[in-house]
Amino acid sequence: MEEPFVKTQIRKDENIVYKRTSLLVDRPLSYCPGCGHGVVHRMLMETLEEMGIQDKTIGVSPVGCSVLAYDFMNIDMIGAAHGRAPALATAIKRLWPDKFVFTYQGDGDLAAIGTAETIHACNRGENFTIIFINNGIYGMTGGQMAPTTLPGMRSSTSPYGRNVLTMGHPLKITELIANLPGVNYVTRQAVHTPNHVRKTKKAIRKALEQQKENKGIAFIEVVSNCNSGWKMTPVQSNKWMEENMFPFYPLGDIKVDGKLVQSSEVAK
Amino acid sequence: MAKIKGDILVNVERCKGCEVCITACPSSTIAMSKEVNGKGYHFAMKVNDECTGCMNCAIVCPDGVITVFRGKIE
Amino acid sequence: MGELRLMKGNEAVAEAAIRAGCDGYFGYPITPQSEVMEYLMAEKPHERTGMVVLQAESETASINMLYGAAGTGKMVMTSSSSPGISLMQEGISYMAGAELPAVIVNVVRGGPGLGTIQPSQADYFQAVKGGGHGDYKMIVLAPASVQEMCDHVKLAFELAFKYRTPAMILSDGAIGQMMEKVVLFDPIPRRTEAELISQNPWAATGKPKTREHIIITSLDLDPAGQERVNLKLQAKYRKIQENEVLYETLGVDDAEYLFVAFGLSARICQKSMDLARAKGIKVGLFRPITLFPFPEKQMNAIGKKVKGMLVVEMNAGQMIEDVKLSVGCSIKIEHFGRFGGIIPTPDEVVKALETQIIGG
Repeated sequence: MEEPFVKTQIRKDENIVYKRTSLLVDRPLSYCPGCGHGVVHRMLMETLEEMGIQDKTIGVSPVGCSVLAYDFMNIDMIGAAHGRAPALATAIKRLWPDKFVFTYQGDGDLAAIGTAETIHACNRGENFTIIFINNGIYGMTGGQMAPTTLPGMRSSTSPYGRNVLTMGHPLKITELIANLPGVNYVTRQAVHTPNHVRKTKKAIRKALEQQKENKGIAFIEVVSNCNSGWKMTPVQSNKWMEENMFPFYPLGDIKVDGKLVQSSEVAK
Repeated sequence: MAKIKGDILVNVERCKGCEVCITACPSSTIAMSKEVNGKGYHFAMKVNDECTGCMNCAIVCPDGVITVFRGKIE
Repeated sequence: MGELRLMKGNEAVAEAAIRAGCDGYFGYPITPQSEVMEYLMAEKPHERTGMVVLQAESETASINMLYGAAGTGKMVMTSSSSPGISLMQEGISYMAGAELPAVIVNVVRGGPGLGTIQPSQADYFQAVKGGGHGDYKMIVLAPASVQEMCDHVKLAFELAFKYRTPAMILSDGAIGQMMEKVVLFDPIPRRTEAELISQNPWAATGKPKTREHIIITSLDLDPAGQERVNLKLQAKYRKIQENEVLYETLGVDDAEYLFVAFGLSARICQKSMDLARAKGIKVGLFRPITLFPFPEKQMNAIGKKVKGMLVVEMNAGQMIEDVKLSVGCSIKIEHFGRFGGIIPTPDEVVKALETQIIGG
């Protein structure tokens, strides 16, 4: 089939304004169509490329859908046990203070099994970046309820909807750790529209730059979709996310330069 | 008179047909193909000549399959 | 040359770590081994060698700090006691699977469960047969003196890095707490970044342009790949078995009977030997120092020369299984032990030898 509307005059290497970064390994991503993981991976790798720190970065990947993140990110990485990434990152950063260290974690990893490791790394004010992908469900294992699953939301282990009386309320871990003095920067972003993606990339850059100044934890939550787990199309899931996840997990800066942002829910 | 126009190149075999780029495009240039690629996905393709090279589609694409060009056209 | 000091076992472990060029210690308090971290904190090794010491929030966190650091090629250590070591089993399995070197000290206390704070040897199975999931082994050293607590730290690091595997020092609450003379070895400087990378090219230290990126993981979703990993590990363990066995024998030349014991039990058996010999019983002592690799060949050889063996261990009978596997069924092999933190007396041991092996 011939490609329509090709502009041979423009389609030259010198006219490229955007292409996939070489810091993403040249292979297909294993994520579902439309999944936010792919976008965050790309923004993170673009940022490392722009900062020129590929050779100074050590990443820690989780257990969850992004367990294979190390196959896609062209940097040295260590795969942690479920929930333990902040412990790994603590030791790595303390022993290699000049390296850039980040953890990349999902909602079960960071806010269920890894809650203690998350809270204590934040409390100690470690100097690495935590990237937290919150899609309110356990994707990799088949769509079970997560600590961040919304009240009434269906999952394979809450088939009649999350009942807060028996299953507890969604855990707003981000607001919890924002209160810790060891945490310097907390922000909640999304990646489902180009503008949101641009903001997320700025947040990632800010977080990594902060490591040069030893100011403590930078925590970026990305509220993302899981169209497979939520049983929708990607476009439908982004809409559902806007209508249901964002009111519960409002986007924006929560803590900047060690101070809670007054308009954020935590400060109120 | 020279105009600045854009063009996109989609890596057809890597596209998963998620359609997020369609809503991101301000000039409605992208739609899903009738054909499917080797994995069975419909893929993104241009359906008009209006691409400005704004990069929105490439930025939002979860699989990073879009390369964007922008240049002068006589 | 070395430096002579009177020290507690736990303190000797800590001092030895600093001298061995250890880069970091991550641990959690638990009796009877908290002195290891207390000594390290008081000693301020960051000023001596740049060594990092961090009190973690749990043993789970400690072992994962070790995993992360070891993944970057650093020399790191933790210490704990039985219930804490149980919490570390996941991390140990991951480290064995990812082929990472580190030293884990277990100052064993009575169990099971929260147990007691007094000494025991009931973690032999956990250490040697693998308390974590999957087919893996740790190199396990069993010190029987404060001197060995010191020397085994250096040896454990050497073996861990030689074979890229976690190594355990299986001590107990008595050796950890008792004070003895120890000759401390001369300090070895910590490796520079360049030395670390050249000695450990497998480590994740930041991808330069000159190589592919390094991934440290124990996951392979392809079963053929995971089988290859397991075959590689098994080949490694066979090599360790061939080359790294350590043991000690006493009075075996003319022995008709044999005590087999490790750690503190071996110290007790030394006295029991004297008492028994004074009664005319020709008994010797076989002390395994490496529990993995177990001295199978040597035990088998000595099994052909004696009439019976009493395996003395402060548990319900764990190492005795490996003794029987090594020696076979032709002679009498029995277990004697006390549990839950009770230490047997030399007289009790002699009596057990008389009733269970000689008389029975």
